[in-house]
Amino acid sequence: MDIHEYQAKEILAKYGVPIPRGGIAYSPEQAGYRAFELGGDAWVVKAQIHSGARGKAGGVRVCKSDAQIRDAAADMLGSSMVTHQTGSRGKLVQRLYIEEGMDIAQEIYLGFVLDRKSERIMIVASAQGGMEIEELSEKHPESLVKMSVDAATGMKPFHARKIVYQLGMGEHIRIMSDLLLGCYDAFIDNDAEMVEINPLILTADNQLYALDAKMSFDDNALFRRPEISELRDKSQEDVRESYAADRGLNYVGLDGDIGCIINGAGLAMATMDMIKLAGGEPANFLDIGGGASPDRVRMAFQTVLKDSNVKVILINIFAGINRCDWIAEGIIQAFEKLNLTVPVVVRLAGTNLEQGREILNQSGLSIIVADTLADAADKAVQATQV
Amino acid sequence: MAILIDETSKVLVQGITGRIGTFHTEEMQEYGTNVVAGVTPGKGGSQQCNVPVFDTVDQAVEQTGADTSIIFVPPPFAGDAIMEAAEAGIKYCVCITDGIPAQDMMRAKRFMRRFKAEKRMMLTGPNCAGTISPGKALIGIMPGHIYLPGRVGVVTRSGTLGYEAAEQMKAEGIGVSTSVGIGGDPINGSSFKDVLEHFENDPDTDAVLMIGEIGGPQEAEAAEYIQSTMTKPVAAYVAGLSAPKGRKMGHAGAIVSAFGESASEKSQILESAGAKIAPNPSSFGTTVARIL
Repeated sequence: MDIHEYQAKEILAKYGVPIPRGGIAYSPEQAGYRAFELGGDAWVVKAQIHSGARGKAGGVRVCKSDAQIRDAAADMLGSSMVTHQTGSRGKLVQRLYIEEGMDIAQEIYLGFVLDRKSERIMIVASAQGGMEIEELSEKHPESLVKMSVDAATGMKPFHARKIVYQLGMGEHIRIMSDLLLGCYDAFIDNDAEMVEINPLILTADNQLYALDAKMSFDDNALFRRPEISELRDKSQEDVRESYAADRGLNYVGLDGDIGCIINGAGLAMATMDMIKLAGGEPANFLDIGGGASPDRVRMAFQTVLKDSNVKVILINIFAGINRCDWIAEGIIQAFEKLNLTVPVVVRLAGTNLEQGREILNQSGLSIIVADTLADAADKAVQATQV
Repeated sequence: MAILIDETSKVLVQGITGRIGTFHTEEMQEYGTNVVAGVTPGKGGSQQCNVPVFDTVDQAVEQTGADTSIIFVPPPFAGDAIMEAAEAGIKYCVCITDGIPAQDMMRAKRFMRRFKAEKRMMLTGPNCAGTISPGKALIGIMPGHIYLPGRVGVVTRSGTLGYEAAEQMKAEGIGVSTSVGIGGDPINGSSFKDVLEHFENDPDTDAVLMIGEIGGPQEAEAAEYIQSTMTKPVAAYVAGLSAPKGRKMGHAGAIVSAFGESASEKSQILESAGAKIAPNPSSFGTTVARIL
């Protein structure tokens, strides 16, 4: 789960990470008032969306007057901001963060991630921050300092000192190592998957500030982090995905026209591969999970049909814990209750296959039955071309 | 012979009294698996599925000689259940539970590494369908009847894609020595390489089918092993050709976040290591037939 920049900063501040002063605003008037509260003569208006690279999309603007702040806020609020991370639909800007301007002497990159290879927490830092990590590792790979820490034993002060000296920031050893240890604790205590401060800045008078911050969290650990779950912002999610997630379905929206209902993440990905190889494009990933009842199948249909691009629905179930007869009943329910107008291709295999087929045959509904994965993909692609 | 489990495995079910635990224990028993005990804290002394239930894994091991465990414990407590099994002297453990926090898995794995190699438990999963040695034992949740006994090893992240492979192989008349699910989580007990090593050393396995997914470094690690050490032929598929970068595809671990983690990159790495790549997920059976 992702959260906004200002929320990440609030969490990090609790762990002793210095952040610039700022306030949240929902309207141009409020933005102006926030700047007035902060005082000074330069402010930054920042769009709060779940995406990096906001600067290039016009989502971070330095302002020198009340009028400029209101203009910037009016431009951003309510707009759909497209960055190279959001996809073409963009993300809705509903909140702004107004921050005091900073006098930047040096920009530093700092990232904490869960490293799957070493199964440890990996810390990546560079004394040349300000650009994205991908760009940084391409342009200044020699500047990257990496260290992995075993989560079972934790990050020790000497780990932090090592990083600071490797960055060539020995004169700031105290504040910098405190900051590193604070970020590590914030990562562990909140079951984070990623903490990124980019840039971390050093001001002309040798103060450190997290100028931008990003945190994302392990969805599997949210059950024990209610204070993090509370920060979920549905406006930043694909509406199709929120709808599915609220019904316990695993759904990822894509850009094609073949709606998919499948059991198991691997089979779902493989079915999408098959569709692509057959010349079609999947509209979504949907894993219906194990033990799916007829009701759940109908709900999956409803979810897939939220996407108006869908021209065909392909159902591929290899029943282990699932039962083909339940799936078949769910398909019939969907036809009856949802007034289906798109063609439906069904491939069933595994537990109670015969009963499932029988139910579909006797229903008299115009369902396109497929025998294998390849057959199902071919028939679905053909159906889009009618 | 087979790897990891056979008809002599004495199986303990952790979480046997839960709805899911009970259901699958009955299924495993029906397949012929030798289930000897169950563990549910607080339910010690009772009987479930015709086997005694104990409060702790220690007691179950001491009184029944259980050497293999399967875990159906809910996610908040599953990491603890894994460590309990490791400490009690269980040799092989399958964790079915989906949704264990990554930090819990890091700690559980670290806990397991404290034991000397000969006393160290092997774990597969979490978030997997389990392991089956067809005709001998089933320790998992897969439909046993789709597997034909035979001499090809299968190792897969995904459960249902493993079923797909078993059915396609059966249609070609090809049987399975053992099929192992390693699970879809970012941090798992055993990697592809760990399981490939077992197949390489098993006299009753002639070839291996490996089914990977986008995300993580384990397919690349397996490719290195296939190239440097493996003498048996390997067929492979990596699911997720159409998955967009940075999106989680159902499995917590199925996300392309670094170079070399996409399906096409992994397929290329495996192919150049000498694996025969199945051109699509409908050709598992025919691809395996060609390497035999």
